[in-house]
Amino acid sequence: MSAALVQVLAVMLAIALAPLFLGWVNCCRAWLSNRSAPPLAQPYRALRKLFGKELVLAEHASTLFRRTPYLLFGAMATAAAIVPTVGTDLPFARAADAIALVGLFAAARVSISLAAMDVGTAFGSLGARREMMVGFLAEPALLMVIFTASMIAGSTALPTIAETIAGRELAITPSLAFAGVAFVMVLLAENARIPIDNPSTHLELTMIHEAMVLEYSGRHLALVEWAAALKLFNYACIGFALFLPWGLAPAGAGAGALLLAAAWLVAKLALVGAGLALIETLSAKLRIFRAPEFLVTAFLLAVLGLLVHLLLGS
Amino acid sequence: MAMTPLTGVLAIALAWLAVGLAGLLQVDSLRLVARVLFPLGAVLALVLLGVALGALARAPEAAVLPLGLPDLPFHVRLDGLSALFLAILALATVGISIFAAGYFRAGQGTAPGLLCLQYHVFLASMVIVLLADDAYLFMVAWETMALSSYFLVTTQHRIPEIRQAGFLYLLIAHLGAIAILLAFGVLSGGSWEFTFEAMRGNAPTLSPGWIVAAFALAVLGFGAKAGLLPLHVWLPEAHPAAPSPVSALMSGVMLKMAVYGFLRVAFDLLPAGRWWLGGALLALGLATALFGVVYAAVQTDMKRLLAYSSIENLGVVFAAIGLALVFRASAFPELAALALAAGLYHALNHACFKSLLFLVTGSVLHATHERSLGRLGGLMRRMPWVAWLGLVGTLAIAGLPPLNGFVSEWLLLQSFLFTPGIPQPFANMLIPLGAALLALTAALAGYVMVKFYGVIFLGQPREAALAGAQDCGWLERAGLVWLAGACVLLGLMPGAVLGLLAPATELLTGATVGSAGGSALWLVPVAAERASYAPIVFLLGTLAVVAATFLAVRLRYRVPVRRAPPWDCGYPAQTPRMQDTAEGFGQPIRHLFQSFFRMTRELPAPTDTAPRYRVTVEDLSWGALYAPITALVDRTASRIGVLQQGRIGVYLLYSFATLVALLVIVL
Repeated sequence: MSAALVQVLAVMLAIALAPLFLGWVNCCRAWLSNRSAPPLAQPYRALRKLFGKELVLAEHASTLFRRTPYLLFGAMATAAAIVPTVGTDLPFARAADAIALVGLFAAARVSISLAAMDVGTAFGSLGARREMMVGFLAEPALLMVIFTASMIAGSTALPTIAETIAGRELAITPSLAFAGVAFVMVLLAENARIPIDNPSTHLELTMIHEAMVLEYSGRHLALVEWAAALKLFNYACIGFALFLPWGLAPAGAGAGALLLAAAWLVAKLALVGAGLALIETLSAKLRIFRAPEFLVTAFLLAVLGLLVHLLLGS
Repeated sequence: MAMTPLTGVLAIALAWLAVGLAGLLQVDSLRLVARVLFPLGAVLALVLLGVALGALARAPEAAVLPLGLPDLPFHVRLDGLSALFLAILALATVGISIFAAGYFRAGQGTAPGLLCLQYHVFLASMVIVLLADDAYLFMVAWETMALSSYFLVTTQHRIPEIRQAGFLYLLIAHLGAIAILLAFGVLSGGSWEFTFEAMRGNAPTLSPGWIVAAFALAVLGFGAKAGLLPLHVWLPEAHPAAPSPVSALMSGVMLKMAVYGFLRVAFDLLPAGRWWLGGALLALGLATALFGVVYAAVQTDMKRLLAYSSIENLGVVFAAIGLALVFRASAFPELAALALAAGLYHALNHACFKSLLFLVTGSVLHATHERSLGRLGGLMRRMPWVAWLGLVGTLAIAGLPPLNGFVSEWLLLQSFLFTPGIPQPFANMLIPLGAALLALTAALAGYVMVKFYGVIFLGQPREAALAGAQDCGWLERAGLVWLAGACVLLGLMPGAVLGLLAPATELLTGATVGSAGGSALWLVPVAAERASYAPIVFLLGTLAVVAATFLAVRLRYRVPVRRAPPWDCGYPAQTPRMQDTAEGFGQPIRHLFQSFFRMTRELPAPTDTAPRYRVTVEDLSWGALYAPITALVDRTASRIGVLQQGRIGVYLLYSFATLVALLVIVL
């Protein structure tokens, strides 16, 4: 199959699978806390409901506010074209490497923060401020994680990194171990998970992501939520590319190999979703003032990973 | 004399002087200045841009002007480096001059004609700084630049704070000028030859100690102009004091003259030195960048915020130069060219987006008469042109793809990835960690710019007076469009821009970037399998997805839109005062970087009936460095003051004693 077609199919797969992954994490969380779980397809139902609902827009919301959900969704779908999900032959990834991916996430963060400030409510600006606070520490941490992997692979292109790391002998690399811990912390913070944010609460004093999207409704809210699910999916796939790059289809693979790779992806996602739910169940939500400590720890761990790589050369 | 690029550039400098002098014909006529002279200046800048871009590809060209002192004629030279910085100067000036034509209003401060003279003398002196090929002409032009900009800063000279800011600027400018003069002195090595040609021949014969001295003096001298720590204090005072087009010119263009001067001395005149000189400059640059961005995050005055952001950006440029020096000392010319190109690219970008943002603050200032972020807000609905064009600058300076700020950051991060290959032990482990600081700075810059833009343009107006704010006029719009367009183009065509930087990197490091199969749109700094970036493809891909989503959602779901009051979690009483203020938005940074500031806070007690909250954040360097120096100067002055008795007899006695002492020495 041609590389471009595979690329488009991979993006479609990401868009389709992202709410399922979120539903799986929610199921696992419910089981772990002895609740009966919502159906696995619950996020899809929520999206369908929201898309069909009337759109209530704040009186003085500007064009910026109205276009941001589309931009956000577009940015996350584009990110899915840069991150290797099923195959490593991604023509689009040549136009944007891992640093550009981090830049794309930053652009998405800045646009949703600006949109949150646009209506001019107390919660909107509060959410924007907190989101930027989380972001300015999480972004360099993510960049340093990617730097460590890039120095090992000699490239900043994610498919090349994944191929190089997959091609090595199976052994625990000390630098990647540090980077891995830092990456998990960044993933939790950037995707509004416990201990930084709680996706299932509207408690005024603690919310970050929910505070920013309070003013969105109807199809706008659906797009924002779908984009959030895609972001989590993308982060999981970045994690796979850097730390568990096995099972990806190589360049020029046939339909069979791609299907096998997709099965691998689903298996990895199921495992990681359960792990994520476990972390969230076992940890308590941090006070917002403690969030910077958590993030500084992630940043320092990422820098430590880089330093370990430079010291040991591995 | 045939018309060559060099004569063309000199002619434009002369024409700018003539335009300035023409302002004196009718000193008080705003009409003449705004309708004729500033637009003429902008046209000349456009011509200069063409000439400079044409000169980039040509061989260096030198001439001796029959001016100056009898035995000390002026030497001028136009090479790849000067042509590049002339292009930067011209690119920003076109936008600023068009904007200035619509900006200045009658009635306050310096008369318009005089302002026009100062403005164009400032421009012409910067052109001469870039052309100068001997230390004498360089210093004359450098001082003219400092003086003319001093007068521009103190346009509103009736306000005491502005006079004070101007004085501080003049003081630090002269401190820097002395250091530059001494650096040239060291470079000439006592040969009494002050042409750069002679210095180039002389420098390799200097002992390592003198090379370090010349380097340190150049860092001090040009760093004072660029706002490197700890001589940055004049920027946050002088930029808010000056009228906005002048702030734009000083921040966007004049700071680049310091970059030019430093590159000329460190790369062109000095031989490749020790690697740790570059390492020290890298550390200084990164420290300046972090310092600048942290302070920018807590500012409440929009122009001070931008001034601190300029300190940050120049810190990044100097960090890139430091990295290039490290690579050069380690004999990696290609990598030195990569780091240097990142620095030059960033300088070019900064000239565009910082000028744009200063002009935006000017428009806001005119519309609202308000500089404090705490009293702005919601201007996007009143001033859509300024707001949307300002958004381009905001996203560009925040380093977001696909705009220009991202490209230079990307290039610099790429060059950091090669630092483990440096042969020096320890350095090859410490320098890569600089990338972590750079990443932190870049992310913080995003925070700062969200605060800047969100508080000014988004939300609801914090004051009732803002309801009458008017969008800017068409001349101002044209200036903003020019600069915003430059930000977009520089971001989308990185390969073409690297082509423009190639003559300068070739001249300074002997290598160029992007020869590994890149094109105008594709950026391939080293090798295609290592890293590549194609903003146009990236942008088109993202836009295609956005458009597809938009169409799919809009065609599938034709649900009506209803306008209603904001929801805000159902709170019934909402006022614009419940939005985050600038202080509130900066609070996490203030909390996290407490030890960076000297902060005084006045908190209300729980029982206060009329609670007041006040916080002031001061620059740490005032207390740590400047206050002791001021105290020392004061003390010394009062001691010396004892001599001053005010009686003629005592003074005659001093003269007599001096005479006797001299006679004793001579005999």
